[in-house]
Amino acid sequence: MTALSEQTRPADPAGPRPADLAPSGSFWRRGLLIGLVIAYVAVLILGPIAGLIAGAFSEGFAAVILALSQPDVIAAFRLTVFIALITVAVHAVFGTALAWVLVRYRFRGDRLLNGLIDLPFAVSPVVVGYMLLLLFGRTGILAPVLEALQLRVAFALPGMVLATLFVTLPFMAREVMPVLEAFGIEQEQAAATLGASGWKTFWLVTFPALRWGFIYGIILTFARALGEFGAVLVIGGGVQGRTETVTLFIFRALDERQYVAAYSAALVLGAISLALVIGTELLRRKERGAPRLF
Amino acid sequence: MTTPLRGAVLIQDTPRRLPWGRWWIQSAALTYVALLLLIPLAVIFADGLKDGLVALWQSVSMPIAWAALRLSLWTSALMAAINAVMGTMTAYVLVRYRFPGKSLLNGIVDLPLAIPTLVTGVMLVVLYGPQALVGGWLEDQLGWRIIFARPGIVLALLFINFPFVVRAVQPVLQGLNRESEEAAATLGAGPFTIFRRVTLPALWLPIASGALLSFARAIGEFGAIVIVSGNIPLRTQTAAIYVLGEVESANRQGASAMSMVMLSLAFLLVLFVDWLRRRAPKERLA
Repeated sequence: MTALSEQTRPADPAGPRPADLAPSGSFWRRGLLIGLVIAYVAVLILGPIAGLIAGAFSEGFAAVILALSQPDVIAAFRLTVFIALITVAVHAVFGTALAWVLVRYRFRGDRLLNGLIDLPFAVSPVVVGYMLLLLFGRTGILAPVLEALQLRVAFALPGMVLATLFVTLPFMAREVMPVLEAFGIEQEQAAATLGASGWKTFWLVTFPALRWGFIYGIILTFARALGEFGAVLVIGGGVQGRTETVTLFIFRALDERQYVAAYSAALVLGAISLALVIGTELLRRKERGAPRLF
Repeated sequence: MTTPLRGAVLIQDTPRRLPWGRWWIQSAALTYVALLLLIPLAVIFADGLKDGLVALWQSVSMPIAWAALRLSLWTSALMAAINAVMGTMTAYVLVRYRFPGKSLLNGIVDLPLAIPTLVTGVMLVVLYGPQALVGGWLEDQLGWRIIFARPGIVLALLFINFPFVVRAVQPVLQGLNRESEEAAATLGAGPFTIFRRVTLPALWLPIASGALLSFARAIGEFGAIVIVSGNIPLRTQTAAIYVLGEVESANRQGASAMSMVMLSLAFLLVLFVDWLRRRAPKERLA
């Protein structure tokens, strides 16, 4: 979404133009190109999605319900949602502050910081988990401090939250930044001139304008947090019923050949993420009529 | 990008706007990035370099480690190349043609961003696995093994990274001035020549930045690959899975060395893409 959010609102002042340039042979070329793209998407994306749905329901609807109502699965879903909620709460506040600082202030190293924010997109989740182990693990740098404070981070909830926070760092800032940039500061200045305090200006003028960027950032953060796997596996250990999130459950279930359980949980997880992202997009389109995805 | 710059100057002139002022917000934001991002990164670099560059090189050049790194690099590069071609084609079709189901296709492009990568891996195994319908047929009839083999890795990477080139190229193609293409057509150039000589040169920046970003992401991909690759050392074990193995067997040296190599690659690629993208907008809106 780095690449995506900044570049998407294309300026098209001329409006849609007639499609085909060269008339001769263009019918076949056009058909060939469209056919190729659709075939590619079908083989790569739609086929596997259909396969998962069929796989989950291969033993009937009742088997899916039975698999999903195992106590382990329910515990995994609760843990996953809990971690995702904490992550969203932290990023909602600090991610917005970060976006604000990057858009409104110039300071030494601001460009580097702007580039660094995207790093979690490219860092391997396994490496993320390992970094946290080096800090908080039994032989980690902070181990004496943690021991003195009687805190447990690795193979416990705090470590999993930290891992998820790292992985989802870019989303909030990247969604809020372009909106904040486009909004400008004229209206805030007007509010200030009329005597509104800074706090009041933020809540009554700036925040309403940022609303969709903010909501979209939250949804993307939440969806991404639900699906995190590698980092949580390394730092959390995937202890059944204790530090096992949904992705970790799916991984274990595949290993133990509980295929229906694995496929059902994967289907539910994928469907939740999809519904969140698509639902928000539909809402936003309805409100603004803007054809913008991500 | 001009508005925020102008805005920043004005902001500094106006009296304090938020209750805690600039200093507090900036410190909070920078502390947040430092705690979450910079400290963990610094720890890896420190640990990777602890025993010097020679030890680092020795760890990475061990046969199993080296094979894993090479596998990650070439599968990612192959994915980036295919993604560049298919992504550009998809963007072209979406921008230039009108056909039934176009907005549906446009929506499908973003699906891989919403689906957890582990779920992607499960999906591919269900369809293309050796016991599955399609995968079994491909193996029996054509002798193609996809899952638990290298093609599965490339397939998983293609799925996950599909949106990046499309979404980078699409807006640029949309904003492209068609007059030069029309001029070329008037001068007698065929459609392929027009695309190659007129359209493509205007698109190379977004194609390159999209493909490189997907390449950077692919090198460290874990969730989908761990399911589809079978994780056989020297054959289908990628760099990320190698790190996991080293962590699990408590081989700190091996894990740190490989992590550092992967981090450095990610670092360089992300900063390079950022630089590429900053070059783009001036040329884009002709």
